[in-house]
Amino acid sequence: MWRFAIPLLVVVALVAAFARALFLDPGKVPSPLIGQPVPAFSLPGLHDPEETFSDDDLKGHISLVNVFGTWCPGCHEEHEVLMRWSRTQDVPIYGFNLRDERDAAINWLERDGNPYAKIGFDPGGETSIDWGIYGAPETFLIDAEGRIRLKHIGPLTDAVLRERILPAIDMLRGERS
Amino acid sequence: MKHLLAALVVLFSAMSFAADVRFDDPRQQARYENLINELRCLVCQNQTIADSNADLALDLRNKVAEQIAAGKTDAEIIGYLTARYGDFVLYRPPVQANTLLLWTGPLLLLAAGLVVLTFTLRRRARLDDDTENPS
Repeated sequence: MWRFAIPLLVVVALVAAFARALFLDPGKVPSPLIGQPVPAFSLPGLHDPEETFSDDDLKGHISLVNVFGTWCPGCHEEHEVLMRWSRTQDVPIYGFNLRDERDAAINWLERDGNPYAKIGFDPGGETSIDWGIYGAPETFLIDAEGRIRLKHIGPLTDAVLRERILPAIDMLRGERS
Repeated sequence: MKHLLAALVVLFSAMSFAADVRFDDPRQQARYENLINELRCLVCQNQTIADSNADLALDLRNKVAEQIAAGKTDAEIIGYLTARYGDFVLYRPPVQANTLLLWTGPLLLLAAGLVVLTFTLRRRARLDDDTENPS
């Protein structure tokens, strides 16, 4: 009896392990920066190069930092969701414009709307390495102390906001009060 | 033939782009080449940053070169990148609690196979004895 049961159990366990792995997304690499303060950075503004967007902007309030570029299809996909967020929520979204051309980005935001409170321009991607960013879109949730609390890889959807981002924001608000 | 040659030229020029950084010091060059072959490109995950021509891989190569030029040790550079991208950026995962199974798994499987083999051979030997010397 055991002669058949043991190999059978091994096969079942392997199938279960592989089946689970099939549905894991290898693109979703967990960030070691969760819980860490945002890296010190200073980027020129997208619209006005004289302006700066830096880690100081992210202290004192809960915010989202969204990595985007006009070259990124997922960013166009999530744009409508960001626009709606900026109209209905009081948590600001800061933009991290990655490896883009200034004019292209400005034109896009003029045409489709600008959901961002402030936008940093990083054409060379130097600052993105400090953030552990490897693509776009990526979205970080920053707490009022300026620590990274959550990272979402891929386009934001209403479901992601409802199930992941909003509950996390509620939790952060609960921590403060 | 001409087309084949042209194709080969294109192929090899694409393969040599990783040599986009040149150090005057051959030791630094060797360290650079060693490091970029140990680091994973997170966009195209089955390639090292030496193999990949993704923008991220290029940025990471430049970062590695910059840090070597700044006199950082290999361990410091690896530490810098794992602090930002996690152990996943390493092609050779470190031996630690959550990778123990990964490292020891093949040995465990080999041991299990040897156990099964031993038992099977012994039983077969016993069966053979039984058929040769019917009691």
